[in-house]
Amino acid sequence: MTLLETPLLKTQGLTRQYGGVRAVNDVSFALERGEIRGVIGPNGAGKTTLVGMICGRVLPSAGTVAFDGADITRMQPWDRVARGIVYTFQITSVFKRLSGRENVALAAQRHLTRAQGHRLALPQAKLDAAVDEALAAVGLTGAAERIAGELPYGHQRLLEIAMGLALKPSLLILDEPTQGLAPGDIAPFCDLIRATAKSTTILFIEHNLKVVLELADKVTVMDRGAILAEGTPAEIEQHPAVQQAYLGD
Amino acid sequence: MSGAATRIYAFHLAVIAALFLVQFALPAYHYGNVTRIMLYAVFAIGYNILLGYTGLLSLGHALFFAAGAYGAGLAAHWWGFGPIAALAVGIGAALLVSLVTGAIVYRTTGVAFLIVTLMLAQAAFLSTLYFNTITLGDQGIVLSLPPIALFGASLRLADPMVKYNAALIAFAGALLLSLWLLRSPFGRVLVAIRENEARTRLLGYNTALYRFTALVISGTLSGLAGALYCILFGYVGSSFASLQYSTEPLLWTLLGGAGTALGPLLGAGIMFYLIEFASSTGIEGYMIIVGVALVVITLWFPEGLAGWFRRLKRVRS
Repeated sequence: MTLLETPLLKTQGLTRQYGGVRAVNDVSFALERGEIRGVIGPNGAGKTTLVGMICGRVLPSAGTVAFDGADITRMQPWDRVARGIVYTFQITSVFKRLSGRENVALAAQRHLTRAQGHRLALPQAKLDAAVDEALAAVGLTGAAERIAGELPYGHQRLLEIAMGLALKPSLLILDEPTQGLAPGDIAPFCDLIRATAKSTTILFIEHNLKVVLELADKVTVMDRGAILAEGTPAEIEQHPAVQQAYLGD
Repeated sequence: MSGAATRIYAFHLAVIAALFLVQFALPAYHYGNVTRIMLYAVFAIGYNILLGYTGLLSLGHALFFAAGAYGAGLAAHWWGFGPIAALAVGIGAALLVSLVTGAIVYRTTGVAFLIVTLMLAQAAFLSTLYFNTITLGDQGIVLSLPPIALFGASLRLADPMVKYNAALIAFAGALLLSLWLLRSPFGRVLVAIRENEARTRLLGYNTALYRFTALVISGTLSGLAGALYCILFGYVGSSFASLQYSTEPLLWTLLGGAGTALGPLLGAGIMFYLIEFASSTGIEGYMIIVGVALVVITLWFPEGLAGWFRRLKRVRS
């Protein structure tokens, strides 16, 4: 099997136990390069724990995670970022007292210093260009000099995504990206994700079913720590178990 | 260099130039005071790299100050090292102690960090008393160092001008280093850790390694202050490792403004003269005046004086 045929991400029997509760139970799934994958499921289904084990925030109790053919199960989160796995938080977690520009610069600088091989100095022009590019991609150019904590919530979410983009990910994980966005912001957001997907694989957890069905190439449905169903948006809409467990209520 | 960076460096260079020029006008008494204040400021600049930039509150920086002072003092006293060589030994000792301390405490943050640093410093303090055959305990070591030969001139350490300018050189170096550091990619990550460590980790930074490095730089700078203090004033004793020397840089930094480049100088200067003034009143227990003043300043200027100036400037512009 050549490298191109290996899935970008593959989990095998991934399990996370908290006390007596199995938040994620024996999950095996794979992501193909370039796809947009949506993950849905009721609260407590284990979605955030699952992506936490992929990005390294949470260590699994059992099972393995392979990325680009390499085992990354016990790898530190910062080393995963170096390999291209980037996570944006469910609850907005920007640096609230820094400006929009400074927020994105922290991400851009990580990518650029790694690319140049040392971190003592970084040409300001290069950094500025990378920051401007990421801010422009999410439409926040005008908010660059504002303090992040004073931005409207929806803009803070977009700032998070700009930080993700500045890291030049090969797998971008978004945890409930449309939460808190105004209804009018959702369509531009979907366009942004589609544009981003041209250069990176996307895994996103989402409660807004309309967004998932519209954006995703493939949808994974989770319930009680396990995968309930997986398929194209059309298949998922028709799946009886899904209709009962998730769409029904 | 951008316009803003040029302005910032120009401003701080002007402060250094002013400190250089003021020596020709200062009365003898204040001359000696400012010398001490500049050395304290070096100590506090080191401290500020941890507290102000990285958000780590240490209660054990006497450990590093004393490592520098004892490194220099013991080398001069027992091995007969000259001032420059003794200074180098002092800095080396502080670096070594910082590396070892960093390796022990880098896993901790917050209250745990505070306690561990306090304990290590207290252990060092008690060691300076226990090994009193070497350190001469709380009596301390009084040094009489030979002059420094430099470019054909012979610089006597007892000369106030030599003391002043040696302290000024150390201060200028520490100030410019801390400015450069804060504006470097490395410094920006330290600030990010202070603001939100979990997020910083998921931006791809090994934050524990950054905290370790910040502690080593901080400890070594504080040790430089200790080593130079010992050499310029010809004395090192157990008190250098005592709790007082851990709390003072904390107070100077908070008073002047944590996370500001000039805060340490302002804080050290104000507190020095505050204590001078309080003791000159002749009131027994004059430190109560200092205490009240500190409470007032922390209540009304929680960001310290330099932080307050910066905010004023921002509001105006």
